[in-house]
Amino acid sequence: MTKILPRKDVVIVGLGWTGSILAHELTDQGLDVVAIERGPWRDTATDFNIGYAQDELRYSIRRDLFLQPAVETMTVRNDPSQKALPMRDFGSFLPGNGVGGAGVHWNGHTWRFWDSDFQIKTNLTKKYGASRIADLQVEDWGVTGAEMEPYYDQFEYLAGISGKAGNIKGQLQEGGNPFEDPRSRDYPNPPMQMTYAPTLFAEVGRSIGLHPFPTPSANMSRAYVNPLGIAMGQCTYCGFCERFGCANYSKSSAQTTVLPVLMKKSNFEVRTDSEVLHVDLAPGGKSARGVTYVDTSGEEYFQPADLVLLCAYGLHNTRLMMLSGIGKIYDPGSGEGTVGRNYCYQTNAGVQVFFDDKNFNPFIAAGALGQTIDDYNGDAFDHGALDFVGGAGINCIPTNGRPIGTRPTLPGTPKWGSAWKKATVEGYKSTLGYSSQGSSYATRNNYLDLDPTYKDRFGRPLMRMTFDFPDNDIRMSNYVCDRMEEIAKALGGKQYAVSRRKKGWDSVPYQSTHNTGGAIMGTDPKKSAVNTFLQSWDVPNVFVIGASAFPQNAGKNPTGTVGALAFRAADAIRNQYLRNPGAPLVQA
Amino acid sequence: MTSDPPTQVVAGGWHFFSAQEAALVEAIVDRIIPADELSMGGKEAGCAVYIDRQLMGAFGASSRLYTQGPFLPGLPTQGYQGEANPAQRYRTGLAAIDAFLKQRDGKTFVELAPAEQDAFLTAMEAGKVDLPNGVKGPGFFGLLLQNTMEGFFADPVYGGNKDMVSWRMLGFPGARYDYRDHVSKHNQPYPQPPVSIIGRPEWLGKGA
Ligand SMILES: Cc1cc2nc3c(=O)[nH]c(=O)nc-3n(C[C@H](O)[C@H](O)[C@H](O)COP(=O)(O)OP(=O)(O)OC[C@H]3O[C@@H](n4cnc5c(N)ncnc54)[C@H](O)[C@@H]3O)c2cc1C
Ligand code: SF4
Repeated sequence: MTKILPRKDVVIVGLGWTGSILAHELTDQGLDVVAIERGPWRDTATDFNIGYAQDELRYSIRRDLFLQPAVETMTVRNDPSQKALPMRDFGSFLPGNGVGGAGVHWNGHTWRFWDSDFQIKTNLTKKYGASRIADLQVEDWGVTGAEMEPYYDQFEYLAGISGKAGNIKGQLQEGGNPFEDPRSRDYPNPPMQMTYAPTLFAEVGRSIGLHPFPTPSANMSRAYVNPLGIAMGQCTYCGFCERFGCANYSKSSAQTTVLPVLMKKSNFEVRTDSEVLHVDLAPGGKSARGVTYVDTSGEEYFQPADLVLLCAYGLHNTRLMMLSGIGKIYDPGSGEGTVGRNYCYQTNAGVQVFFDDKNFNPFIAAGALGQTIDDYNGDAFDHGALDFVGGAGINCIPTNGRPIGTRPTLPGTPKWGSAWKKATVEGYKSTLGYSSQGSSYATRNNYLDLDPTYKDRFGRPLMRMTFDFPDNDIRMSNYVCDRMEEIAKALGGKQYAVSRRKKGWDSVPYQSTHNTGGAIMGTDPKKSAVNTFLQSWDVPNVFVIGASAFPQNAGKNPTGTVGALAFRAADAIRNQYLRNPGAPLVQA
Repeated sequence: MTSDPPTQVVAGGWHFFSAQEAALVEAIVDRIIPADELSMGGKEAGCAVYIDRQLMGAFGASSRLYTQGPFLPGLPTQGYQGEANPAQRYRTGLAAIDAFLKQRDGKTFVELAPAEQDAFLTAMEAGKVDLPNGVKGPGFFGLLLQNTMEGFFADPVYGGNKDMVSWRMLGFPGARYDYRDHVSKHNQPYPQPPVSIIGRPEWLGKGA
């Protein structure tokens, strides 16, 4: 028997990065808000305990803080002709679980996308002709860089990002990223102190005419009090950052930037260890009545609400829409349907440079401490004579020296025995690594839908992911790898190794938890699932917040843009939607 | 899955392995990580104890993983698709190694000379031995290798990495949490010895 609960103004599914931002904004508006979170409550003092947070096996290898596949996984395949099989363990990406979501254990690279990323189809067509993108399904976002700027600013100040502006109101700034769009002011905090490897990488990059700058970081370069009045501490460069919660209150997350204020509000409530099963629609399917969720004892509840916000992480948002009948599921054959469309990822590759005479102390590190070169990112360089579109940031961000996972050795080293051991000791401190984080552009056959065979623990279909790296993206990645080789030669170690990206996306080795698309934003309801305020075209009292809204992914980590879109959606709800609740903000 | 601190694994007795299995695993981890001038071997470091205890827990039972059928053969890019969990794979895999060697050489793995042991493991890693009962050599070797390395490099609280041997060998300072005084000392060795979650050996017995 489903227990029916008292009505709320707003129900939020998932209390991670976006859920906490929306909850804060809408409770400020005076609304009565409940968040329903699948995982447990987590807080710094109790859960990221400084006495034993530094446990590589527990947090990085066994992944204590992450979503466990037994709870929810998805099936994967490279193309529609293959049989999709379940990811029995996560690998290539690692979704979050519990209060704070993946923001608890992210790295904290915090980027802005550019106007040329948002207006991509218009921009590329104008510059290179429609035929250049004929194999791709890239779409404009329906917003401009200038429209997004205030919301990026809001997220960066909430999160206390450490960085150096490259362009303030059109004035180029020495030491920042010369390719970025104009920003209204500098970052709230200065860049972090640089370790040796990124320092050397930047020196050498500059010597060959490139433009390195400090990666914008959500690890605090100094103590900071954010606009909500929440204090954070200086990062101690502990090197147990990504995959771990921060025990120092130094990494921005819901815990360190929003929850201390949010949890005190009388018009906010969170129910943890409770999984939302679906959104309940009114007869006719044009409006949502609330959500149904189940707690860990198996008890089922119906939470009625006027407004439903899906903040469950892009992939889970998309599946919840499919399971709830919100919008039509995309069919690659006909090209019709919008939910599941334009699933994209990230096209990464890496370089290792081996030295004899250097000690990089790899364990002195932070999740987002390093230097980036954007000379070959997005449309920062001319593609006229090239055979691809897109690009990659080149990042030297050595995040850790944790030895189960980080043991670089010369190519050809055996995996065990005395020769392995000798090479491991030689390579541990003296290897410099950097990587390209490349754009991922949509194609017709990269998409999400429901799996016909495999079920979750409630007997409902898992989501099915069909994905491979498009040929365009492979050509892009190879081009950037060639540029990375030039840097490797200039660095002048004894040897270097390049791992190039190949076709046949492999779901096993970790690549990035930057899954985008599935419920993309846009101006055309035939091609997008949500409008540019992330409001569902089909069910206007549902907003779908997350990287699910990206029509394609840029050569950058997503969360800066996810945070900005969350603030933009909150603004639209507060200042437009609530005047006429339930009505679409944009006419189809 | 709770936020409790880990409990120290205490060596002595086997929780999962039989005495015979334990001897075989100790011999294997001692070839994967042999004793030499750089460090003690995998056996002395506690890698077999580590694996024994892991197989009794969530890892051994795959209790966090997706274990629903159907179990179909997949592409390598789709990850492990077998039905057996690590505990079951060790049980059948270890038995298969000795059954195979007894048949071929009339000896168990433990009875082989180190060079013969290495040759067998190399062949198994490369998929060049036909193990009985459908055991896939490269897959099982991969599991052994992964778990041995985990034991050797993880915090000693889990039963391996005795006296932080691997961390001393690499120069990894372990469970330290504040490097602010050394960040900008580029290219200079970090001067402090490692610490573990449970402290340093020389502290033991000195607390209340
Ligand atoms: C190891 C790692 C490193 C990363 N590094 C970076 C980085 O450097 N830069 C960057 O930009 N991004 C990074 N990311 C990605 C970043 O963490 C995410 O983009 C961000 O957290 C997304 O915010 P979100 O609110 O959409 O989802 P989340 O923060 O994950 O929150 C979603 C919440 O919804 C809950 N939920 C899901 N389904 C349900 C359900 N059915 N019912 C109830 N609750 C549900 C989840 O438990 C979770 O708490 C990284 C991610 C990982 C895992
Ligand atoms: S590196 Fe800094 S931000 Fe990251 S966990 Fe350690 S102290 Fe926290």
